[in-house]
Amino acid sequence: MTRNLVVQFLAQGAQMLLVLLLGPLAVGVTRRVKARLMRRQGAPLLQGYLDIAKLLRKESVLAESASWLFRSAPYLIFALTWVAAALVPSFASGLMFNWAADVVALVALLGAARALLALAGMDVGTSFGGIGSSREMMIATLAEPAMMLIVLTLAIAAGTTRLPGVADFFISEPLAVRVSLALSLGALVIVALAENARIPVDNPVTHLELTMVHEAMVLEYSGPDLALVELGAAMRLTVLAGLWASLFAPWGIATTASGTALAIGLAACAAKVTVLGTLVAGGEVFMAKLRLFRVPELLAGSFLVAVLAVTSSFFLA
Amino acid sequence: MPVFYALGAALGALAVAAGLATLTRAALILVYPLTILAALVLGAVDLQVLLTGDGLTGSLPIGLPTIGLRLRLDSLSAFFGVVINGGVLAAAVYGLGLDRDKDLTQRVEPLFPIFAAAMNLVLLADDAYGFLFAWELMSLSSWALVVARHTDPESRRASHLYLVMAAIGTTALLFAFGGLAGPAGGYAFDTIRAHAPPPVVVALVLAAALIGCGSKGGLVPLHAWLPLAHPAAPSHVSALMSGVMTKVAIYGFVRIAFDLLGPPAWWWALPPIMLGAITAVLGLLYAVLDRDLKRVLAYSTIENVGVIFVALGLALAFRANGFAQGAAVALTAALLHVLNHSWFKSLLFLGAGAVLHATGRRDLDGLGGLIRTMPRTAIFFLVGALAISALPPLNGFVSEWLLFQSVLAGPILPEASLRFAVPAIGAMLALAAALAAACFVRVYGTAFLGRPRSVEAARAHDGPLSQQIAMGALALLCILGGLLGAPLAAVIAPLVRTFTAGALPAPGSGPTPFSLVAFDSARSVYDAAIIALFVAIASLVTLVVVHRLSERRTRRGPAWDCGFPDPSPSTQYTASSFAQPLRRVYGAVAFAARETVTMPPPGDLAAARLEVTLVDHLWRVFYAAPGRAILRLAERLNALQFLSIRRYLVLMFAALVILLFITAVTT
Repeated sequence: MTRNLVVQFLAQGAQMLLVLLLGPLAVGVTRRVKARLMRRQGAPLLQGYLDIAKLLRKESVLAESASWLFRSAPYLIFALTWVAAALVPSFASGLMFNWAADVVALVALLGAARALLALAGMDVGTSFGGIGSSREMMIATLAEPAMMLIVLTLAIAAGTTRLPGVADFFISEPLAVRVSLALSLGALVIVALAENARIPVDNPVTHLELTMVHEAMVLEYSGPDLALVELGAAMRLTVLAGLWASLFAPWGIATTASGTALAIGLAACAAKVTVLGTLVAGGEVFMAKLRLFRVPELLAGSFLVAVLAVTSSFFLA
Repeated sequence: MPVFYALGAALGALAVAAGLATLTRAALILVYPLTILAALVLGAVDLQVLLTGDGLTGSLPIGLPTIGLRLRLDSLSAFFGVVINGGVLAAAVYGLGLDRDKDLTQRVEPLFPIFAAAMNLVLLADDAYGFLFAWELMSLSSWALVVARHTDPESRRASHLYLVMAAIGTTALLFAFGGLAGPAGGYAFDTIRAHAPPPVVVALVLAAALIGCGSKGGLVPLHAWLPLAHPAAPSHVSALMSGVMTKVAIYGFVRIAFDLLGPPAWWWALPPIMLGAITAVLGLLYAVLDRDLKRVLAYSTIENVGVIFVALGLALAFRANGFAQGAAVALTAALLHVLNHSWFKSLLFLGAGAVLHATGRRDLDGLGGLIRTMPRTAIFFLVGALAISALPPLNGFVSEWLLFQSVLAGPILPEASLRFAVPAIGAMLALAAALAAACFVRVYGTAFLGRPRSVEAARAHDGPLSQQIAMGALALLCILGGLLGAPLAAVIAPLVRTFTAGALPAPGSGPTPFSLVAFDSARSVYDAAIIALFVAIASLVTLVVVHRLSERRTRRGPAWDCGFPDPSPSTQYTASSFAQPLRRVYGAVAFAARETVTMPPPGDLAAARLEVTLVDHLWRVFYAAPGRAILRLAERLNALQFLSIRRYLVLMFAALVILLFITAVTT
């Protein structure tokens, strides 16, 4: 019993550490693949970690008009994203704290992190911060309900809103092709791109004012604060990639608490996130960022698909 | 019996406070202390009835001649009583610190206790006459509070519209109770309960109840008065009207639809869920585009009332299909949202009042930077704003979570129309939740964050201690209500069981005592306390680690702003600019929003202009058009005023003949 508990505790810790460590790597892979496809050399794979280490060592320059909210937001955002990450069964489905929340809470936790970041963006009182926050919340008003409907569709299919339960359902019936699931799979791809500020919704490498969303919000952050925000954003990528993978490609997820199963799960999860990162990069090379006011059309499309998915799950169970 | 005396004494104290305050100005100072005392006693009685489940009944020899005035405090009334007296308590504590000269309270204070007592009386009434009398007293006293600032033409317009809508609502309720009482005229609630009316009457009663309670609660399209009237009152009264009086409207609907009308049929669910969902989305679309702090809050009240009606409708649908568990989850969601909304909306309105008092401004575009000048108010308002956005681990998310759980149980419903409606409702609720977050990020971001946009905002200061206590207590409740969702649900479980024959699993059935469990623990668990603990630990660990790793050097400097910081605060994003993308996405459809840019020709020094036109379709269709039609009709009928006596006699004779014919045909 105690041994089991220790294994579980370690597995949970490993999961939290995994999402934390995997984030910058996934970003690194994405950037590298993208650079190579553009026939550039590209930064080393570990550049993400180096950047964070560099930022942590720097001093923090705070704007004169920044309040306590601006200072504390990175920690809370980071913690909220991290807890959300801990809830996703990326590599094992029976983790200790998986019962503490479900898919609805997961979406809401990510929403809370986003609202705090938008508030932080408005705190200094610059035009760029406002631009970023306003656009981010506009995108969120479409992406978040789409995300919510997608997870509701999955929950209806699995008959539970508990994430491990949903994952177990998909492990046991991996080939259950259903209209609702196919629709939500497509919608989730678009939503995940929007949630992570990737092309075609936002460009993560731009610093051109007209195109900025996420970058504009975090413009005033520097040093360790910026490191936390960046790490949080990278983690968001792994959360959604992990969620996508554990739902639609649940191969290798450990269902028992044995060491080998967990090791396989870990490796499979890392592999899946890497593959997804590569796919994202591949897509980004062939696609331009959409004009800001075309983005709602894309997201509204995915929202509609999600509505169709949830409606069909009401009828074609 | 002593409980009865306590109730009577508390209501008496409210009457005495009102009376004294009317008679002498020296007694004005007594109003809020007496109200606090009365609200404490009433709240304690309500809480005791809610916890023990032992209701009280009584009657007084006033009211209708045959039945007198019946009074009853059952657990449903007691639950709403807790909600109402909590709100009254907070508003009265806040009122202690009001500035008598600046806040014009001489017009407010005598009416404040009457309003509080009237809301309590609505809950206590156990016959139709008493209910309608108390309801009308509540409407009129709140109307008088709205008109307290009659020098402002906008207040006058708001109170006029409110009076008209309140009259329509009460008339509808009159018909509802008429239908319930039936031809025998049994107006006591237990007589009404004893016999079920025929289906046609049921449909009419339901429609009348939706109009009557919906107009008070702000259900679209009967909402138009609410965003005008609630903000026009003094802020602590706005808190009462928005946070609490809308709950009395919901009480009325629950009392009629769940209690008096007897066992529900599935189609009862359709009007509340559809109107509720439309209300939720539209309310927020209005809120997210409005620039007036208090009006934004009032529009958001409409949204929350819509959400509560959706939950009530779902509970009816599940109950009609004999799915007690689903009905229990939906009704628990509705009742918890009633409680939660009364807390965070009161908090937000009191915060808006503090801002209004400190700066004299309600326009978001004139505020800014209050987090530095009003630090305490800023913290409390932040809690309220995050709670109302349904973000975990605060209380708004608890009811939101339960509501989504009941939507998820939708596929169990056998009726095709409900199956089509429920996923659409889920989509609209999800949209409303996301819009709420955008709305309150906008409100908080422009009013409290950034740099002050006006001298008044730069010179603002926190209000007196009593106001901070009122807001602080409500903020604490928002946090505790979020963490203790499961125990709260357990407290109202007996009440939910009376009306749905089901209940949420007991708190012990989840992994921890704080786990909120819907259906069963293998299906859905939400543990706010564990999540909050996790977030706290994770942020503390991060804090420690970052401080170990980094050099902890912090320097203050001018904002970076991509290298071109502009010292003028007018370069910040305003509430209007924040809403611009949302207006382009949603406004074009919902409000036919159009932007026209007028550029002067080259060489002309005139300023360029950006004009935005929004069309309020609901106002146009449901208010302006009928208003015009009535005026036209009145002008036509005006001719009837100037007839000769002969013609009048002919008209009367014709009316008599027609009436006799109708009676002959129907009997």
